[in-house]
Amino acid sequence: MMSEPSILTRDAQPGRDDVLLRVSDLAVHYPTYQGVFGRQAGAIRALDGVNLEVRRGQTLGLVGESGCGKSTTGRAILRLCDITGGRIVFDGEDITHLEGNKLRRIRPRMQMIFQDPQECLNPRMTVGSIVAEPLNEHGALKVKEKERRIRELLDSVGLNPRLANRYPHEFSGGQRQRIGIARALALNPDFIVCDEPIAALDVSIQAQVVNLLKDFQEQFSLTYLFISHDLSMVRHLCDDVAVMYLGKVMELGPRALIYKDPMHPYTKALLSAVPVPDPGVERARNRIVLAGDVPSPANPPSGCRFRTRCPVAFDRCASDQPAWRKVSGDRWVACHRAE
Amino acid sequence: MQVSDLRIVFRTRGTTIHAVNGISFELQPGELLGVVGESGSGKSVTMMSLMKLLPSPPAEILSGRVRLGCRDLLSLDPSEMRKVRGGEVGFIFQDPMTSLNPVLTVGYQLKEPLRKHFGLSRGEARKRAIELFSLVGIPSPHDRMNDYPHRFSGGMRQRVMIAIALACEPNVLIADEPTTALDVTIQAQILELVKKLRQEIGMSIIWITHDLGVVAGIADRVMVMYGGLIVECAPVDDLYANPRHPYTRALMETLPRPDQAGQERLKSVVGQPPHLTAFPTSCPFAPRCPHVFDRCLVEKPPLMPVQEGHEAACWWDVTEQRPRDDV
Repeated sequence: MMSEPSILTRDAQPGRDDVLLRVSDLAVHYPTYQGVFGRQAGAIRALDGVNLEVRRGQTLGLVGESGCGKSTTGRAILRLCDITGGRIVFDGEDITHLEGNKLRRIRPRMQMIFQDPQECLNPRMTVGSIVAEPLNEHGALKVKEKERRIRELLDSVGLNPRLANRYPHEFSGGQRQRIGIARALALNPDFIVCDEPIAALDVSIQAQVVNLLKDFQEQFSLTYLFISHDLSMVRHLCDDVAVMYLGKVMELGPRALIYKDPMHPYTKALLSAVPVPDPGVERARNRIVLAGDVPSPANPPSGCRFRTRCPVAFDRCASDQPAWRKVSGDRWVACHRAE
Repeated sequence: MQVSDLRIVFRTRGTTIHAVNGISFELQPGELLGVVGESGSGKSVTMMSLMKLLPSPPAEILSGRVRLGCRDLLSLDPSEMRKVRGGEVGFIFQDPMTSLNPVLTVGYQLKEPLRKHFGLSRGEARKRAIELFSLVGIPSPHDRMNDYPHRFSGGMRQRVMIAIALACEPNVLIADEPTTALDVTIQAQILELVKKLRQEIGMSIIWITHDLGVVAGIADRVMVMYGGLIVECAPVDDLYANPRHPYTRALMETLPRPDQAGQERLKSVVGQPPHLTAFPTSCPFAPRCPHVFDRCLVEKPPLMPVQEGHEAACWWDVTEQRPRDDV
């Protein structure tokens, strides 16, 4: 369906790599229906050609505006929504079409931390039973061992284990996010999707949670996919950065290079839109202000998806889809101007 | 506009929340005052109370005066207050999704203040409304007049809100986290728009936010709030170059620095924000403050000048690294 060369073509020996997760041309379309007989009228192309790779023990930051498919990418990788096309290779195993018991076997290795700690914790369950749920589902621990594990988990995220019998509403936002982290860690996963884990928290609490995530990464050699719209936090936390726009990854590369020398015009605009907490810098800088809004994913523009807002678009952008190309080393970009 | 000794409490079953605990500030003509603080610091409650928009009960204004021109807004009766709201003072709310009426066209919502406050006829109001739409950068304003809010994107809705707030040429505009719900690229559009409008219209603006980056870009003066009190107030350059209150310093330090990305741990403020169940008699930041000493726990520091135009509410002198002895 996609004409771009697959990211897999660049090295064809899966066994040896340090890449834990490789996603190529991933597509998720939601059909839309019309009329009394519910004919399929079209599709919302939530993801349409996502290429990513996450290296072992590292953090990939996934940034973009709301509605560009960041969260859908995270959910699709964990096989939480139906996949229309493409491939997801996790630790050398193609998990795109796994089902039943096989899928269930890999679930404990991939976990998720959600955005809103208020929404993702069942208000009728105690904190202890929330953290115990993955252990009940996938673990084979005895009652005593399980209790010890819960205490250990709560303690490691900085909550008093004696609070295990309380309910989520008795905790503050930052503490609830810690409960969510404890639950994600319960099964000793390899890979965690962090879906905007700090967006709902206050500035002074954000730093606490980010430090906690960093500590666990070192301690358990975790691999993170860190979804965020906060570009300065991504810069702080991530090793690699992927920039998404309207269901496609526009640019992928090591953090330092992406921030220092962005190649895609969208990355440039996104970086220049981030306010800097320094009045001198703010006055001196020259912003690239993008005109207009993100187009609808039900009817994306022809050619390059960014061309309707792109300050440097030319006629070829409307006719050809820019290929997903390797520019140098670890850098990938999809733009005609970068050729 | 001048606010003095404002105190607001919320009375709920059994508990009283002291949301705003005696704050005073001034807004100069043509100035953009940034108000920064975490959620629960009382920044929105303060600004809502200036317009008497807080439902009472549970909110109760215990004391304070809000002078606009030569009147005290808090003592006005409801009909006079309605003339001030939208007329002399415009208000932009945080969430453009919920602050427009979904069953009325945006044109109607924009024309309403023009007809009520200025007594314009339908035709005149429509003409002015179209002018306002093009002023805030809504494309093809003629056609969009008759659209309902759901047909607009978040950024466009916020532009509609700005147009409504500006409709009656207010002297003061209060913007409560106007860009928080928007994406960074749309936020950049709105910030550019506000900068442009300030040059053209020249009104005073109170800009409430929790984003220190946004404030750095647009404000003239910044007020930092914590636990229902103003802890620091200074011109923008001075505040960022030389923050004097430990809370302000902590806030700045928790932000990730671009130059030391990656390896460093972020500095974090230990502990949680205060609960505000009682009127503070000591410094509200004391439990989380790295410089706390005995005086902080028994006496609440007032806002004291530390430098020309720069005030901080702290007993500790950060430049000398010792308690202040002059007060």
